[in-house]
Amino acid sequence: MSAGNPSISPPAMPELNPFAGVDFSELERSLRRPRTLLSVLLSLLVSGMTLLALIPLFSVVWMLAWRGGKKLTLEVFTQLPPAPLEQGGGFGNAIVGTLVMVGIAALISVPLGIMSAVFLEQAKESRFAQVVRFAAKTLTGLPSILAGVFAYGTIVLLTGGFSALAGSSALAVLMLPTIILTAEDAIRMVPAKMKEAAAGMGATQTQTVWMVLLPTAFPGILTGIMLAIARAAGETAPLLFTALFSNYWLLSRGRLDLMQPTASLAVLIYNFAGMPFENQLELAWAAALVLVLLVLTTNLLGQALSRRQVQ
Amino acid sequence: MPKPLIAMPNSAPPGALPAPSGNQIARHPSRAQQLVDSAFRRVCYGFAVLTVLLVVFIVLRIALAAGPAMRQYGVGFLTGTTWDSSKGLHGILPEIWGTMYTSVLALVIGTAFGVAVAIFLSEGYLGQTVFGVLKVFRLHLHPVWGKLPDRLEQLLRNLVELLAAIPSVVYGLWGIFVVIPLIRPACNWLHLKVGWLPLFSVDLSGPGILPAVLVLSIMLLPTITAISTDALVSVPPKLRMAAYGLGATRWETILAVIIPTAARGIVGGIILAFGRALGETMALAMLVGNSNVISVSLFSPANTLAALLANNFPEAGPKQVAVLMYAALVLLGITLLVNMAGSVILQRASAELEGGKA
Repeated sequence: MSAGNPSISPPAMPELNPFAGVDFSELERSLRRPRTLLSVLLSLLVSGMTLLALIPLFSVVWMLAWRGGKKLTLEVFTQLPPAPLEQGGGFGNAIVGTLVMVGIAALISVPLGIMSAVFLEQAKESRFAQVVRFAAKTLTGLPSILAGVFAYGTIVLLTGGFSALAGSSALAVLMLPTIILTAEDAIRMVPAKMKEAAAGMGATQTQTVWMVLLPTAFPGILTGIMLAIARAAGETAPLLFTALFSNYWLLSRGRLDLMQPTASLAVLIYNFAGMPFENQLELAWAAALVLVLLVLTTNLLGQALSRRQVQ
Repeated sequence: MPKPLIAMPNSAPPGALPAPSGNQIARHPSRAQQLVDSAFRRVCYGFAVLTVLLVVFIVLRIALAAGPAMRQYGVGFLTGTTWDSSKGLHGILPEIWGTMYTSVLALVIGTAFGVAVAIFLSEGYLGQTVFGVLKVFRLHLHPVWGKLPDRLEQLLRNLVELLAAIPSVVYGLWGIFVVIPLIRPACNWLHLKVGWLPLFSVDLSGPGILPAVLVLSIMLLPTITAISTDALVSVPPKLRMAAYGLGATRWETILAVIIPTAARGIVGGIILAFGRALGETMALAMLVGNSNVISVSLFSPANTLAALLANNFPEAGPKQVAVLMYAALVLLGITLLVNMAGSVILQRASAELEGGKA
């Protein structure tokens, strides 16, 4: 040691044992010491709270499997919702309605979102790009019911009635920000040298985008699309007063008709949950099971894709 | 755009036709390709403009539709307490109160549990415990069993994310058939014993604030946990090591070093969750009771702005639509403010941490 502070440094000790004054039990970890005890207690508390936080998840899954699984037969997928006090029935039209509306919403929001993301990636940090990014982030925080209010104010009031189209445009508003932000991230992850190589070959920006950026970023973009679809499929609030509900198939005179009120799984659950009839309640649980399976499969598929991209 | 790295054989000026040649690897883009290029760029730009316009249009659309009601009711709309369409009386103070009360209570519960789960995840408790158990059986270096701690940590993370993937209407259904019957005896016992406390002043007759708050806090938990875990994990490890080196216990390190460093990220997450709670519709519409009462009692039914919209829009006539649009505008204003505050704080937090790492 340097003799920086001579007043503190002890005089040379003649003793043989340099650890004579050390109490070794002080250095051991012991629960009798309040500091250690507190630490252990807090660790236990946090573990307990984590366990407690997972109980609702298991309870939801158990209820879905038990009450929903009981009613889940093949006829549930093919029949129409029953009238009050009627037995049997199903929610085939609601499954079709959900799939059609989410599909149309994806058709609207996916091209719009990916093109905007391409623009954001090319424009980098320009002021307008920041405005677009801010707009996308604002849309992320938009409560889903307000997307429904917006679709009601534009499409329902304009066309004079509830329709599948109004429902899917509300869902498209909700899907758009997820797609833009994840697609931009995915495109940004493409190594700069690939872009530079494309430019070096004389590719135009458009060729770079279509032949290098989008194919390379495809798994990431697909993950974003899947997550957006999973979210949209489970949304109820934006559909309540845009697509409303219907007890019939999405057909008129044998042809697909998007301009009429349309059933969806989520709204069916909401409507049936408030009914005092046992048959309807059981159908609500079965529909919830189908909806959760649909959402989870899409979600897990998307996550699996993103994991493959990372590796 | 970076400059081309390879010198092109025909360095023609931009716009000129390329020299026709068969086996060149790099050549100047043809006229058609340039046209496609500029067209595509314009389309991308146009779509980006469309995204911005969409936000502006949403705000304008709701504001314009609310116009007639705003002129008719003015600011009194925010302080009125009756909602009676037949008499033309509309006030949303009970809804504003209900929205705030349920959101704040749910946020308190959700934050307590969300941050606890985030600490549990970021400290790797599960992995360490499993590792310790494996070590007792001398399996901790086993090629299959040795991977168990990491796998379980990942599983736990996925389970918490799963909570966020369940649709809110399913939570509402679960709340009606599981939460309400479960808590009702306890609530009524509390009301009987300590009913003089304003918090417990009413009987829980089914739907009410408490079940709504409980379910809402479960829905907020994944948001808070995800953002807090990110913030906790990105605390530079040297800070933790320095604290351990000074002899701090694990929790002294967490409370005095790690949480203060990650505080801004955690607060940003909490505010974003608050924005979510304010706008959440289905679980509340199904569980809160939908009655225009202002009460501090946890067991009283109440109403929220989003639930009001959900219940009244399907059967609204043209006059009522304007009133509902006004309510929607209020909700939009509140959530936008809260969300902006949250994202600004989060942005600053990540900038701060990146500055600290350098």
